[in-house]
Amino acid sequence: MTLLELHPFTPFLIAAILALFTRGWLRSLIMLAAPVVGAWHLLGAEPGTIMQLKFLDWILEPYRVDKLSLMFGYVFHIGAFIAVLYSLHVKDTMQHVAGLLYAGSALGVVFAGDLISVFVFWEILGLSSTFLVWASRDERSWKAGMRYFQFQVLSGVLLMAGLLWYVYGTGNLLFNHIGLESGAGWLIFLAFGIKAGFPLFHNWLTDAYPASTATGTVFLCMFTTKAAIYALARGFPGAEPLIYIGAVMACYPIFFAVIENDLRRVLSYSMINQLGFMVVGIGVGTSLALNGAVAHAFNDILFKGLLFMTMGGVLYVTGRTKASDLGGLYRTMPVTATLCIIGAATISAFPLFSAFVSKSMIMSALLHEGHWAVWLAMLFASAGVLEHAGIKIPYFAFFAHDRGIRAQEPPFNMLAAMVIAALLCIGIGVYPKLFLDILPFPTDYSPYEIGHVLTQMQLLAFAILGVVFLHRTGLYPAEIPAVNLDFEWLWRKALPGMAHGVLVVLRWIRFTTRDELEAIRQGGIYLASKRSLQLALSRKWPTGSMVMWVGVFLALVLLAGIINELAG
Amino acid sequence: MANDRKGWADKPENRRTVRLVLYIACVLLVLADFFVHRHAEMPAEKVPAFYAWYGFISLVAVVLSAKVLRMIVKRPEDYYDDAS
Repeated sequence: MTLLELHPFTPFLIAAILALFTRGWLRSLIMLAAPVVGAWHLLGAEPGTIMQLKFLDWILEPYRVDKLSLMFGYVFHIGAFIAVLYSLHVKDTMQHVAGLLYAGSALGVVFAGDLISVFVFWEILGLSSTFLVWASRDERSWKAGMRYFQFQVLSGVLLMAGLLWYVYGTGNLLFNHIGLESGAGWLIFLAFGIKAGFPLFHNWLTDAYPASTATGTVFLCMFTTKAAIYALARGFPGAEPLIYIGAVMACYPIFFAVIENDLRRVLSYSMINQLGFMVVGIGVGTSLALNGAVAHAFNDILFKGLLFMTMGGVLYVTGRTKASDLGGLYRTMPVTATLCIIGAATISAFPLFSAFVSKSMIMSALLHEGHWAVWLAMLFASAGVLEHAGIKIPYFAFFAHDRGIRAQEPPFNMLAAMVIAALLCIGIGVYPKLFLDILPFPTDYSPYEIGHVLTQMQLLAFAILGVVFLHRTGLYPAEIPAVNLDFEWLWRKALPGMAHGVLVVLRWIRFTTRDELEAIRQGGIYLASKRSLQLALSRKWPTGSMVMWVGVFLALVLLAGIINELAG
Repeated sequence: MANDRKGWADKPENRRTVRLVLYIACVLLVLADFFVHRHAEMPAEKVPAFYAWYGFISLVAVVLSAKVLRMIVKRPEDYYDDAS
């Protein structure tokens, strides 16, 4: 294999392995080299390049280059470089290895030409990112990581079922337009949707991202959801349900973001809101709308990454991320505060910042296609973004009430990563031509049309006026340390509660041991299942070891089958 | 110590200046609406200063409804600790 056929996952895999055995500056160099080498290779990649592999009777295409995958490929490399740079000061091998594999597997997804390859990288993506959630190594992140992992597994299982059905039905393994004409299409759609943060499946995001480390969240916010956006754009462009799903995604998180106290959780809700814009764009499905969705995904990696980095910096320096604990940091952290305001201005889509360019494509496409109600909803959501991400994040972290926190700027590598992201946010906003030229679909769109700039400024200025009005009249809700119930209540409270009820009954009819009942009481469903597993494997319960041996037997049969198949 | 004196953003006169700039900007943006020809694609866009009042009302509506939402969904911080 020549260097020209290098798979984008390879540099990251090699760097991850080397990171296991190196320390200090050498490891830093290797980790930074992975995205640089990958990007350098990608710049020479021609659309139309395909790498094929024969597996059993199937031809796989683990590497396929076209303009859509290239766009995501570019930004994933930029994002990986920024996230690696941001985390260089961390001395945690697990985080570094997981981060590299995670970024690499996201690249694997966007360059996969067939569904089996998508599935393989989809699973590595889910597994490696779970270790980033666990990297905080506390009780909260352990539990949130377990919940996160279950959703990633659910997505993987649906994808597997969907792709088997799809391949069986169509005889086609290639990952192109799938559509919603068959049940298989719906299964794959749902698998992608879970990772894209579809409503009712969204809480893995708001649960796990704030629980990860200051640096882990920066990786997390860049790849999973954007790989899912890519997958939807590839498989389901123009699927009408996406318009309405996206509109819901853009609207409902803004209410939760207003009252949320943990600023990294505010950003997680904000992320679902931004994903909503992309999903709507994919649903509309015209060249302009798809370009808008892809461009917005590209920009979101940079501006949401920047916002998570500034909050990560605050967390690193002060150990806090809650609005009720923060404030007044602008005097001791002026650089971070400035960078945060740049990120806030970008996500609010002020003219001369990158999101203005990409969001306006989606909005214009909605108008062109006559989706007026959805357009009004998205305009409403735009005002909501300004409130929670544009004003709330910088205001409560860096201004508001001075809590007398002793702080200083975060380490140089963190600042450098933030500066790169901020410069790209401004650069794309000020000079969008280069950016617009590499978009995958043909359109001639110029964002800086005078009427458009004026209307956007009117929207934003009067939304800010709204914030001032609410503050002056004392109507603005105070920061309160609290948990706000969301759909996750179902599996974090209701289901464990029901399980508890079942166990009480089982205990009552003398079917369950006291230990199991106690386990449920103390730690909920995970501890209970762990305890049950231990019990099942212990000698106290003869049927338990029988269950295990049946499992081992089945695994051996499966393995023998696979070996037999490969040999034959 | 830095905490003894007020920073620029904490001084009432500076806050007032920032607000004043915002008010002037808002007035100018609405005035501009009558001079700049903007291309309206849907009926609502033809309403004078549509984006201005839509932005203001949206934001106030979001925040006020979120306050109502908070009454329904707010729980103590350790709410999930005993179950999950």
